[in-house]
Amino acid sequence: MAIDVRIPTILRTYTGGEKAVSGEGSTLAALIDDLESNHPGIKERLIDGSELRRFVNVYVNDEDVRFTGGLETKLDDGDEVVVLPAVAGGSAATVPVARG
Amino acid sequence: MLKIDRATYDAIVTHAKKDHPDEACGIVAGPEGSDTPTRFVPMVNAAGSPTFYEFDSQELLALYKEMDRSDEEPVVIYHSHTATEAYPSRTDIRLASEPNAHYVLVSTREHGNSEGPVEFRSFRIVDGEVTEEEVSVVES
Repeated sequence: MAIDVRIPTILRTYTGGEKAVSGEGSTLAALIDDLESNHPGIKERLIDGSELRRFVNVYVNDEDVRFTGGLETKLDDGDEVVVLPAVAGGSAATVPVARG
Repeated sequence: MLKIDRATYDAIVTHAKKDHPDEACGIVAGPEGSDTPTRFVPMVNAAGSPTFYEFDSQELLALYKEMDRSDEEPVVIYHSHTATEAYPSRTDIRLASEPNAHYVLVSTREHGNSEGPVEFRSFRIVDGEVTEEEVSVVES
């Protein structure tokens, strides 16, 4: 089962500069574990404890996984996964916990 | 150094003034590797806040897919501070995730929505380190 994963610039240090890598897994959590085995260190940049990091967006076939079950989002052969860091910031000294 | 044309510079300032007192945000895309900002893309601040900005996640995806198709990258990522100086906050530094981009900050604290000069500064933010750079406006 092959899933195409688009890697953002800032995480390409883990993929030898590759913009896209291939991975496997029946859920997003399993896919991220698979990515970690080939690209050590990447998991920590995506996951904080047992959840997706607040300022990392992951899309499966263009849908933000926050609306499709998060790390439990089901994956199928041929799915396209895109990882994008949020573009965010601001003068606030602390960041809001909830989204938008 | 950030080299930016007058029309794009003015468009960023106009956007910041219009959205004051909320923070305005957007990017200027350019051909990959060119370090030249050519396509102004104002974004909606999904946080709608005077102290925080965030691109809407769906609009973010659409923007990056479009840049990908056109062999572009975000050359400038801009946002405004509306009550503080045009310098990256701890939050800006922590969340900066485009090491190749020029992070432009505009402060509208002095004149708000009205006419008048703004602070317009540009920075590199890499691995938590901020380096200010000169802004050169190219008259078109």
